[in-house]
Amino acid sequence: MSILEVRNLRKVFTSGIFKKTTITALDGVTFSLKRGSTLGILGSSGSGKSTLARSLLRLIEPTSGQILMMGQDVTHVPHHSLGWLPQKIQIIFQNPESSLNPRMRIYDAIAEPLRIHSICTGDEEEDHILDLIGRVNLNPELLFRYPFELSGGQLQRVVIARILALEPECIVADEPTSMLDASVQAQILNIMKDLQESRGISFIFISHDRDVVEWMSDQIAVMEHGKLVEWI
Amino acid sequence: MTETNFLLAEFCRNRLALIGAVIIGIIVLCAIFAPLIAPFDPAEQNLRERLQTPSIQHPFGTDDLGRDIFSRVVFGSRISLSIGICVVGITALFGTILGLLSGYGGRAIDEVIMRFVDIMLAFPSIILALIIAGLLGPGVVNVIIALSLTQWPAYTRLVRGMTLSMKEKEFVEAARALGASDTYILRKHILLNASNPIIVLATMDIAQTIIFAAALSFLGLGIQPPTPEWGSMLKAGIPYLRSATYITFFPGILLMLTVLAFNFIGDGIRDTLDPHTKEMTLVK
Repeated sequence: MSILEVRNLRKVFTSGIFKKTTITALDGVTFSLKRGSTLGILGSSGSGKSTLARSLLRLIEPTSGQILMMGQDVTHVPHHSLGWLPQKIQIIFQNPESSLNPRMRIYDAIAEPLRIHSICTGDEEEDHILDLIGRVNLNPELLFRYPFELSGGQLQRVVIARILALEPECIVADEPTSMLDASVQAQILNIMKDLQESRGISFIFISHDRDVVEWMSDQIAVMEHGKLVEWI
Repeated sequence: MTETNFLLAEFCRNRLALIGAVIIGIIVLCAIFAPLIAPFDPAEQNLRERLQTPSIQHPFGTDDLGRDIFSRVVFGSRISLSIGICVVGITALFGTILGLLSGYGGRAIDEVIMRFVDIMLAFPSIILALIIAGLLGPGVVNVIIALSLTQWPAYTRLVRGMTLSMKEKEFVEAARALGASDTYILRKHILLNASNPIIVLATMDIAQTIIFAAALSFLGLGIQPPTPEWGSMLKAGIPYLRSATYITFFPGILLMLTVLAFNFIGDGIRDTLDPHTKEMTLVK
């Protein structure tokens, strides 16, 4: 059964008032992702990878096309309106430092999804958070620090821990390790692989690094000028 | 060391800011305990002791109606501080709300609010305040209204800019992906990150507002005698500028000290809250 299906997704950006210039960032992207598998998307910068990632999360409104999650059309559903389904797809951004609010302690950052969706009561919150950071091997001592006091690898684990709070079915990872050192890269990739094995989470792994994509993915699509041009 | 203690220590290391805080502290205490500190009733006239030079009995001298200038200056701090704080409170609140709406509410709302801000900024704000104060008539409340109506655009501009840059940040996108509502994002992410510049602007704005209020009173459109107010005291001293300088000197010096002190505090807060200086000292 496919967890995520994307049909003919297009995104055209227009700019300018008098002379309209258009950029086609996504040009008919179609794929389907099986539960518990990883789709690697390989592409150079400017090929539309990040636009695809943001469109899948509906952070960008696609111009046309459909996004189906477990058979349901979620293309135009805003995030906070519909029960659990939209939250079942989550995103890891490239730069862990800018994906956490600099004024929020790590504890509050991880507690955020729990509080937004009232997943647990205040008393259970701490246990829940300790459980979440245990899954990504994060030291509990770091919980009361601010993001700028943590390293890139630690922050990326914080990001993973907070999205695990929503028990996602699918995670879009947009160059999750390109800002990290090689040794830390391996740790993060291993955490992702472990999560896939233990929880059956599907991944869309976006990168420009062929070796990393090959190691992570069951299937690889090469993206160029907004199209998936080649399947490996 | 907790966060607040750390920031406080950092702030106190800045000498000018500390001096400013001490000056404002003293003036605030004077304002609160004015009836205990002032030796005379600020409105009480004593024509037999008019235009006396500073002495032990009248530390700052007496004015042309024989009122004790020290008592008037002490009571005047109440008016100046309360106008400054009220106006800044009102303008910071509404200016920030409009700025958030403008930055986050989409193109149409943004255009309407920003064009209105442009219109406001096209007038020199003191002239606009003069017109409004002139129309409303004198009085403390009217001064507050006139200044509030003219001072808010600075906040709207600042907050709009912060909101526009902030809403493109990845942590806001991440929060949206987590299912956060717009009000949650505005409150927890955007406002939290915009709060430092707002606090700095507000502190410096208190200084400017106090000057404007004094200017309105000086021109006779603000607080009227016999209510003691620094601006109107300056005006009352003009005829005696050569013969009895102390009538204008003391309220003028107090006005200057207050404004300088608020500016020092504003600078100090800005330096303290700057995340980069903070990071550096933490590493040390």
